[in-house]
Amino acid sequence: MNAPLMLSPESLARIDKAIAKYPSDQRQSAVMAALTVAQDEKGWLSTETMDFVAHYLGMPPIAVYEAAAFYGMYNLQPVGRNKITICTNLPCALSGAADAAEHLQKLLGIGFNETTADGGFTLKEGECFGACGDAPVCLHNDKKMLSFMTPDKLDVLIAELSK
Amino acid sequence: MNAPLPPFPPDIYGPEAILLQGLTGLNWRLEDYEARGGYQALKKILRENIPPEQVIAEVKKSALRGRGGAGFPTGLKWSFMPRAFPGQKYLVCNSDEGEPGTFKDRDLLRYNPHIVIEGMAIAAYAMGISVGYNYIHGEIWDVYERFEEAVAQAYEAGYLGKNIQGSAFSLELHAHHGWGAYICGEETALLESLEGKKGQPRFKPPFPASYGLYGKPTTINNPETFAAAPWIVMHGGEAFLNLGRPNNGGTKIFSVTGHVERPGNYEVRLGTPFAKLLEMAGGMRGGRKLKAVIPGGSSMPVLPAEVMMQTDMDYDSIAKAGSMLGSGAVIVMDETTCMVRALQRLSYFYFEESCGQCTPCREGTGWLYRMVHRIEHGQGRPEDLETLNSVADNIAGRTICALGDAAALPVKSFTKYFREEFQYHIDQKKCLV
Repeated sequence: MNAPLMLSPESLARIDKAIAKYPSDQRQSAVMAALTVAQDEKGWLSTETMDFVAHYLGMPPIAVYEAAAFYGMYNLQPVGRNKITICTNLPCALSGAADAAEHLQKLLGIGFNETTADGGFTLKEGECFGACGDAPVCLHNDKKMLSFMTPDKLDVLIAELSK
Repeated sequence: MNAPLPPFPPDIYGPEAILLQGLTGLNWRLEDYEARGGYQALKKILRENIPPEQVIAEVKKSALRGRGGAGFPTGLKWSFMPRAFPGQKYLVCNSDEGEPGTFKDRDLLRYNPHIVIEGMAIAAYAMGISVGYNYIHGEIWDVYERFEEAVAQAYEAGYLGKNIQGSAFSLELHAHHGWGAYICGEETALLESLEGKKGQPRFKPPFPASYGLYGKPTTINNPETFAAAPWIVMHGGEAFLNLGRPNNGGTKIFSVTGHVERPGNYEVRLGTPFAKLLEMAGGMRGGRKLKAVIPGGSSMPVLPAEVMMQTDMDYDSIAKAGSMLGSGAVIVMDETTCMVRALQRLSYFYFEESCGQCTPCREGTGWLYRMVHRIEHGQGRPEDLETLNSVADNIAGRTICALGDAAALPVKSFTKYFREEFQYHIDQKKCLV
């Protein structure tokens, strides 16, 4: 089957590197890495993208959809250019995360799981990132952790990202 | 945080630290680790051809217990691996650190990654394993990348790969990342996830030592557990045991959060009084009064201040006090904390993170959350406290994995120790604090 190459050569190289970590008959072990790489390139995971990943790894498409739906950081719908996830779990909440989350919503004029009208920002409520000592903590586009995000630092962040 | 931005003073984690000793936040590379005496234990084992059984015997003697949450004796776990198994066996490091309040593995992996690599190599040697994976929490992407870099350095220096240090021992080690599922911290869910599936826990037995990754014998440990192995090899199991207390060997990294002056990681000897740990964390924020502590991560029972102030930080003492040491996440709450609101947030977490496999947990965590939510929002009903406890009782012990218990224990303990606060919310439709 000659599926069109839906990902860039750079992305495919990264996926190949992940595949090489597992036994040769266990290519599906690379599905999380492959979906992450695909999301890095495309911004979100369309059915077509997931079908391509399934084909590339030799998995049934449904198995890829299942994985994508199970793990919370895959975007199954388009998101804004900046996806901001803030942890509001108890340890963070005791150190200012509740106020920070409220501030962020006011600042962006959106609630959780919403995207600003200009497509600039999507806001998500996160569960424990494992960085509670840095509370309040945000993730920017899943991969960059931002520590000690007090309201004044959030102001600066959003201003910079809005440029 | 005690260690916000590197470089920080090398004793930032406390004077008793051994795993986090001498770290400045910048000296994480191979040459730094070697300068601290790193990889000496692995070299010693290979040079002296120490029998694997002897390594396991030392670990047993050390009373090292699993640092991920369950506190299972590590040496015993290692001895479960079939020695003569003819096929591939696997070693897995569970760095899917997502138990609310816990952030020790993050510091260990980003500031001292080679200690985990050396620990894994020692464990692999002891159990005759030649392939390992480190499953790293997806939310700490920079730590995953750093670990990959450290692994590459270790290969280059001959601490990983084929015929390590010219011996017959070989180990392939790879990093794998999660992507936002708390349940993958459960070891069999983690194995499913490593296999590229939804992270849903497996029935046990069979235990991973007989049926693990790809159906092969597998041992899974927390990075802090692995990190203790080099010290045990160099100093002996008895010396490690003597750092702590009988049945509670060694030091432990506690992640202290909440209403303290200096939230952060502190590595102390097991058996250290809670009051001392609180003091290390700078004491109560703003000098306010301590109300409650969850001593082992959000899944463990909360304890009131007066109990906690009399408790020492080791597995057995905390169990005696009515909770568990768990992952070593110490969540401190002062007198301004509304316990109903606190429980509401925790209950939401378990509802959100239930994998959906077992009905009592999938449905029950939603019931718990909705009930605590309505109590918090002034819509509590007189019968709610009884119903809450009944639902919790019907989840606990009736699910494949411990997430069910983890959702039930906070409800049981919060409503036990702070019952009047819940009652007040229900009766008066407002908060007591």
